[in-house]
Amino acid sequence: MLPKWLRVERIVRLAVFTALALSGHAFADGTQHTTSIFAPSSTPATEIYHLSMFVFEITGAIFVVVGGLLTFVIIRYRARSGDDESEPAQIYGSNQVELAWTVIPVLIVVVLFLTTARVIFAIQDAPKPAAALEVTSVGHQFWWEFRYPKQGIDAVNELHVPVSSTDHPTPTYIKLLSADVDHSFWVPELAGKIDLIPNHPNDVWIDPLRPGLYLGQCAQFCGVQHANMLLRVYVDTPEQFAAWAANQAKPGVQDPSVATGRHVFETQACMNCHTVQGTVATGRFGPDLTHLMSRDTLASGMIPNTRDNLRQWIRDPNTIKPGCLMPAMQLSEDQLDQVTNYLETLK
Amino acid sequence: MADSTLPIHGSLDLTPPREHESTWLETLHSWVVTVDHKKLGLMYMMMSIFFLLVAGAEVLCIRIQLAVPNNHFLSPQTFNRFFTMHGTTMVFLVGMPLVFAWANYIIPLQIGARDMAFPRLNAFSFWLTLFGGLLLYYSFIGGPGLYGTGSAPDVTWWAYAPLTAKAFSPGHATDYWALALIVTGFGTVGGGINILATVISMRCKGMTLMRMPLFSWVMFVDGAFVLIVITPLTAAQIMLLIDRYLGGHFFDTQAGGSATVWMHFFWIFGHPEVYVLVFPAFAIASEIIPVFSRKGIFGYPAMVAAVVGIAFVSLGVWAHHMFTVGMTSAGNAFFTLSTELVGIPTGIKIFNWLATMWGGKIRFATPMLFSTAFLFQFLCAGLTGIMLSVAPWNWQVHGSYFVIAHFHYVLVGAIVFMVFAGIYYWFPKATGRMMDEKLGKWHFWLFFIGFHLTFDIMHFVGFEGMPRWIYTYPADRGWEHLNMIISIGGLIQGIAVLIFAYNLFYSLFKGKIAGNDPWDAWTLEWATSSPPPVYNFATDPVVRSARPLWDLKHPENPDWKYD
Repeated sequence: MLPKWLRVERIVRLAVFTALALSGHAFADGTQHTTSIFAPSSTPATEIYHLSMFVFEITGAIFVVVGGLLTFVIIRYRARSGDDESEPAQIYGSNQVELAWTVIPVLIVVVLFLTTARVIFAIQDAPKPAAALEVTSVGHQFWWEFRYPKQGIDAVNELHVPVSSTDHPTPTYIKLLSADVDHSFWVPELAGKIDLIPNHPNDVWIDPLRPGLYLGQCAQFCGVQHANMLLRVYVDTPEQFAAWAANQAKPGVQDPSVATGRHVFETQACMNCHTVQGTVATGRFGPDLTHLMSRDTLASGMIPNTRDNLRQWIRDPNTIKPGCLMPAMQLSEDQLDQVTNYLETLK
Repeated sequence: MADSTLPIHGSLDLTPPREHESTWLETLHSWVVTVDHKKLGLMYMMMSIFFLLVAGAEVLCIRIQLAVPNNHFLSPQTFNRFFTMHGTTMVFLVGMPLVFAWANYIIPLQIGARDMAFPRLNAFSFWLTLFGGLLLYYSFIGGPGLYGTGSAPDVTWWAYAPLTAKAFSPGHATDYWALALIVTGFGTVGGGINILATVISMRCKGMTLMRMPLFSWVMFVDGAFVLIVITPLTAAQIMLLIDRYLGGHFFDTQAGGSATVWMHFFWIFGHPEVYVLVFPAFAIASEIIPVFSRKGIFGYPAMVAAVVGIAFVSLGVWAHHMFTVGMTSAGNAFFTLSTELVGIPTGIKIFNWLATMWGGKIRFATPMLFSTAFLFQFLCAGLTGIMLSVAPWNWQVHGSYFVIAHFHYVLVGAIVFMVFAGIYYWFPKATGRMMDEKLGKWHFWLFFIGFHLTFDIMHFVGFEGMPRWIYTYPADRGWEHLNMIISIGGLIQGIAVLIFAYNLFYSLFKGKIAGNDPWDAWTLEWATSSPPPVYNFATDPVVRSARPLWDLKHPENPDWKYD
């Protein structure tokens, strides 16, 4: 075993931290959210992290040996100005040497394969505990739908899951579907990515060990606004999660003071695509708006959920997210205010 | 350096040079109607360099857009078109023509033939490839009056279903993509058949298969390989067009079609395609490294076996591009293993090149500088390839900038570096003039520095979770400084390529006269004049080993004694 300071794992960490420092984000403040694959917070991501460090050690060793030989050859056997014109000795090959540099790589491959296969089976075929939360994620151009079938919740873009612990594991199993084209679910700190493919259901599981916000985004090109199909995972304490779930399961707030806005919403095309539970709006093409105000962001994580942003979004979504599928409804300024007022009551 | 014409039997051009100076129209006509393998090789090369500049300009726009977060230099639509066209162009209109550029120009000269086996098929293949490329770029203009004209393909060069279905890609951009590549694909098949037939039937007297220079060996395997590789893509593209226009449901998921079937078709083509593209780099390295180390290639039979082995194994690894698609755990394990197996013959090639340099007297002229950098970068690309083969880790880095870094280490770090090496090496043969060495060194060092600034950093930004294909990114992810460095590196590479282009023109007219054998090399192409006459060799050469010119220069210690 190499001395500790020489371990590749440490060198890699150092390199990554140097890169992070270079980018001016060396975890300077605690609220900085990284999407680094080397900051795992969940069992699948942690298993992958350890495997990756093992692979770094092997490939690092190969790099040092072969790169070192190449450097040696370049320096030792370069032509020098004082050389005579004679040709060096011609050597045509050696079966022993060829055999050696065939067998050693074969052994390395065997080790790598066995180690990798163990992790593949450990992650992919992990048995689902009874306490697991089940979520169905449906990918859309260019937003995320999260259905909680047992809780009767239809959430959008911001996935809430309870924190898990080693004593009481409460992992979340996510079934991945697609309503249109291929997408990919990727939150680097929680798990590797798995694609959402139409007619081809997939699964991924996470068991986040620390509460907090984890960022990710769609990782398979899905069209014009693929870049802004952002993904936010809120890992809640059990109490927070229970409170959130209880609110989400309720129908939409009915506030008589915004009746005009609701009327506009329900008489324009809004309701063709959007659902507000408990009203006539039952469209399925766009995000469910029943609890719009419970979300921190709009436009799939692009912008903060403020009144100004919301109003601008309704006025013309294409000024914020060019190429998104929601059209500008050509509402008058009064109608814009009324609809915004209405939506702002949907806590 | 040995400058005199060597007395190899049949190599001397005895005809007097033509007195008549042709007009430009006659010159143009002679290029358009030519069936000469050398002119076709040069035209393939010019096509590649032209499209390299085009795709390079596209990617520089992409890098400007990504240099800072929330940039508005390109619209998302334009950005998606540019990266789709960049990838498609680089693979099909730069990489593939390069295979045939090298094969056409070098193989007949190296095996002592007067032309390729099917000269007219050769010309037909070239014009198909060129017009396929022009058809693809016509998509930027489009036919007037049609819906969706004036838009280039924007579905990535993988063109994953069902994004390519009529429902999600209306208009004709996707049709241009499929049709243009079907056309170039037919050109590729013609070229592959020609290489096979030429190597099998046109070798000069005495040149058994195991006396054939390694360059021709590798290109021979490549010729056979493209015949297997290109067909699944053509088939899939025809199925796609059937879906789009004849109501087929191969990939139309809304009618029960399968998105994964497209992925399998595409990657059964797509993975071996990488080897199709990288084989010319192996071929060129196997010529340049021995000549500039002043030693014959180490382990010739092992090198031949390794390239055949790579070709075979690489036909069984395609689904390592699909680890995130949701295969069974056994499937993921299988493709991990098969992918890692490719590393063994690839390692053998690197070790043999190293052993060739070992004990030599290495001259670091520009071709060798590029070749040495190639060895180093190809080693790194192989190691990141092993990382990617590890399925669970692949779930993290697949579709991220780490993958972009990995395959650009292969496509640029290995292939483009060796293409430059090969151009510096054979330019004197094709034109009769040396390329300028000082400009060459500037080109090399700038390109080397720019390459590493760009692609080394891309690994890290991938580790930090930046996915590919995104036209912009938020400022809170900590990616912006790294992206700025990547963009600066791209700009430096662009400057280096412009120096190279200038060097080409400068040396074509002002370069030092090269003579027939400026590098003191050993294969048959250096035995004829520079540039070679139309018929290459006045009478058929006869060889007794893989290095006929070494045998002539060193009668005291010829290779054939050890044959």
